[in-house]
Amino acid sequence: MIRFENVSKQYKNSQRPALTDINLDIEQGEFVFLVGSSGSGKSSLLRLLLKEETATSGNVSIDGLDVGKLSNRKVPALRRTLGIVFQDFRLLPSKSVFDNVAFGMEVIGKNRKEIRERVPEVIELVGLEGKEDRLPSELSGGEQQRVALARAFINQPKILLADEPTGNLDPSTSVGIMKLLDRINRTGTTILMATHDVAIVDQMRKRIVQLEHGTIVRDQQRGMYGHTGH
Amino acid sequence: MRTSFIAREVGGGLRRNFTMTVALIVSVAVSLTLFGAALLMRSQVDRMKGYWYDKIQVSIFLCGENSLAYNCTGAVTDTQRNEVRATLEGLKPTVQEMYYESSNEAYARFKEQFKGSPIIANVAPSAMPESFRVKLDDPSHYDEVAAALEGKPGVESVQDQRKLLERFFQILHGLQTFALAIAGAMLFVTVLLVMNTVRVAAFARRRETSIMRSVGASNSSIRLPFILEAVTAAVLGAGLAAGTLVAVKQYVIDARLQPNLTFIAWVTWQDVLAILPWLFVVGIGTAVLASGFTLRRYLKG
Ligand SMILES: Nc1ncnc2c1ncn2[C@@H]1O[C@H](COP(=O)(O)OP(=O)(O)OP(=O)(O)O)[C@@H](O)[C@H]1O
Ligand SMILES: [Mg+2]
Repeated sequence: MIRFENVSKQYKNSQRPALTDINLDIEQGEFVFLVGSSGSGKSSLLRLLLKEETATSGNVSIDGLDVGKLSNRKVPALRRTLGIVFQDFRLLPSKSVFDNVAFGMEVIGKNRKEIRERVPEVIELVGLEGKEDRLPSELSGGEQQRVALARAFINQPKILLADEPTGNLDPSTSVGIMKLLDRINRTGTTILMATHDVAIVDQMRKRIVQLEHGTIVRDQQRGMYGHTGH
Repeated sequence: MRTSFIAREVGGGLRRNFTMTVALIVSVAVSLTLFGAALLMRSQVDRMKGYWYDKIQVSIFLCGENSLAYNCTGAVTDTQRNEVRATLEGLKPTVQEMYYESSNEAYARFKEQFKGSPIIANVAPSAMPESFRVKLDDPSHYDEVAAALEGKPGVESVQDQRKLLERFFQILHGLQTFALAIAGAMLFVTVLLVMNTVRVAAFARRRETSIMRSVGASNSSIRLPFILEAVTAAVLGAGLAAGTLVAVKQYVIDARLQPNLTFIAWVTWQDVLAILPWLFVVGIGTAVLASGFTLRRYLKG
């Protein structure tokens, strides 16, 4: 489903490459943790999938679609098949929970009827029923991340990319978010999540891909953060 | 995208950017009013040319009792008048039409033109010269007519009316050019204002646009609200300009100028209505081009 073949990324204004010769295959429905110390290239790898950046060499493909060769005009169509969650939630501060979630449908032209049906479903899925009319500033960090997850999931993407979604949350709130991600994963959505959170990685026992200095140093099924498994 | 969603985004954007929006509307209104005024002046000149060039082109004034011209020795005699008439007849077909206006007729026309003005009391009928009014097949044949009649006994002067009018038209043309130049400068200011407004709006909403982009909104749907904001302001400005021109026609031309200056053919409602769509075309065109250009730079996909 997701495939990196000999991918390298060199930013223009940086001396050393952010990613070097990455080879990675992720199947449909997998849950993969992307770990590694700060600056190891996790976000860069996710940005290549979103085509926010383009690989310097090698191939990045999703479902056989060569992301690197995608014309600018076709990038929106690619992103509609992807859900994205960030550490800082990226909610619209002036819009209610309902409108923030609905935004994901509005920008791709869904009609009012579809929105009225679908949004409450997803708000319930993330456990925010009754808080539809609140503004993001009236929510806890964990709740805000649930809104962001609802928005990312609203169009039922095949792949959900999460860049340190629990980075700003305390451990117990993080567990709630992870449970939610697990539920979304069980609907068949492929999840690729970059994280530093040792406890979470160890608890979930999912596939771990570890980057250091832009290269993959470990790729392990049902792994633990600190253990290499040897 | 759904129209109600876009409408909400556009309305919100215009409110947030209120002072800039007002500035934009005013500058669009001013530049388009001047632009419209220039077009109106052109229509006015066309109307007047059509009206006057059609009527008289050359006036041959005959000597009166008190004429000071050097080949006048008292009032024109019947023989002299017939001589002039015969000369004009002989100039056909260059002379297409001619018409004799007596002192009394000239006085009556004068009274009509200056109805209610105290100037009438100071002018006696005999002070109005009698004349031949002549229409030429081609106005540029004036010299031929002038050569045949100038200095002839009983002829006080030969006047090329077209030349007199032309001087007047030149003044109108100058005014029109001036209005166009200011309209152009104002339009330039408008372009800069649109660019700045859109830039500020794009910056204020960079969070929204980046989220829109990340959920897969197309470039055009990300840019559309910004362009529509500029277009909305332009339409309001063009509306104000159109209203101003209509008011000028109604309250200045029709209510004040027309009744007092009846011998001038004034622009009609048809002329005014033909100009109005151009205000909207220019206003909307400017808004779309300037905002589209700015967004290309500030909202890179
Ligand atoms: N836009 C950019 N321009 C230049 N260099 C960049 C850019 N983005 C990232 N880098 C560099 O690329 C390398 C990898 O960065 P990246 O953000 O992918 O790391 P990361 O693993 O996500 O780190 P963190 O865990 O702190 O988020 C770093 O050395 C970083 O300085
Ligand atoms: Mg990162």
